[in-house]
Amino acid sequence: MSVPVTLTPEELRARQRRNLWIALAIVAFVVLVFAITLAQLGGAVLERPL
Amino acid sequence: MQSADLGSTPSSGPPGPLLPLTGEKGGIASTGDYIALLKPRVMSLVVFTALVGYVAAPGQGDAVLGFAAILAIAIGAGGSGALNMWFDADIDAVMTRTRARPIPSGRVAREEALMLGLTLSALSVVTMQLAAGPLAAALLAFTIFFYAVVYTMWLKRSTPQNIVIGGLAGALPPAIAWAAKTGALSLDAWLLVAIIFFWTPPHFWALSLLQKEDYAAARVPMLPVTSGAQTTRLHIFAYSLLLAPLGFAPVLSGLGGTLYGVLSALGGVAFVALALRVLSSRAGESDAAQNKPARDLFGFSILYLFTLFAALLVERGLGV
Repeated sequence: MSVPVTLTPEELRARQRRNLWIALAIVAFVVLVFAITLAQLGGAVLERPL
Repeated sequence: MQSADLGSTPSSGPPGPLLPLTGEKGGIASTGDYIALLKPRVMSLVVFTALVGYVAAPGQGDAVLGFAAILAIAIGAGGSGALNMWFDADIDAVMTRTRARPIPSGRVAREEALMLGLTLSALSVVTMQLAAGPLAAALLAFTIFFYAVVYTMWLKRSTPQNIVIGGLAGALPPAIAWAAKTGALSLDAWLLVAIIFFWTPPHFWALSLLQKEDYAAARVPMLPVTSGAQTTRLHIFAYSLLLAPLGFAPVLSGLGGTLYGVLSALGGVAFVALALRVLSSRAGESDAAQNKPARDLFGFSILYLFTLFAALLVERGLGV
């Protein structure tokens, strides 16, 4: 059975910082794919019969 | 010493257990450490040359897709930089210039760099495929593979021609950007590649003359280590003779205008003159005081490449 690891406050802050950057990177990638999709579809993407 | 003598380096093959895998030795990694893994200085040169390739390519292009393509190239460069640091951690730990990097200093675990490099590399190719299609995506994937596998894992540790052949990876970004904009490649795109390709050897050999002992200690078969300073100086001069006319070639193909023509002609003459000064010096010999010509050429080589590409950016971007 593995021994639980207790992180120091500094290590916890570092982990939170890393998690924040990863979250921001994922959001940025989603936004980028959205923007690329719109650009590929062209300006008339919203003008279509529903 | 011949390169074959270096074939049994402790650093050949997969990275050995010379460094901790957990990163516990040197404290907690900062955000800056992860950015350092992406080699931001190399990335900035890649982004700049890619931007020039994109702007110089014919056609209007879409701003969003162009931004996405350049971003994909930047991320790909960062990913391959992280893969390079993952594999080269043993060499980096020995060399003065690189021993403070995140992995050899113990702040980042080697596996983290591997995962970061693989993730960014994959994301960059996917992004490029979405933004610019298969040719640019394939070229980007090839470039990452060439840098991380062919250069880093094979050439760097096995031949003094490492930076000559491996230089292709650093030379391709303008062609990738060109392909991203036009969906094809032309003579002009390959000219941009050729300029960087033939610029790389004199640039890096000038640096390696200054850091010969470092490379020898790390058992990296750079030309000054395997063949001596005199041969290296001769190679630098020979490549400068190839580079100067090549730098002017875009004027003949119609890619470069008057500004580019003047700057590339003057820059080419200055490059050859500085390389001749290196050839007639004792740079790279045991006396470090003799290294100034190599240091000057190294500094000028950066200015030369930047000037040529900046001139193209101005001419093609502003239409002057």
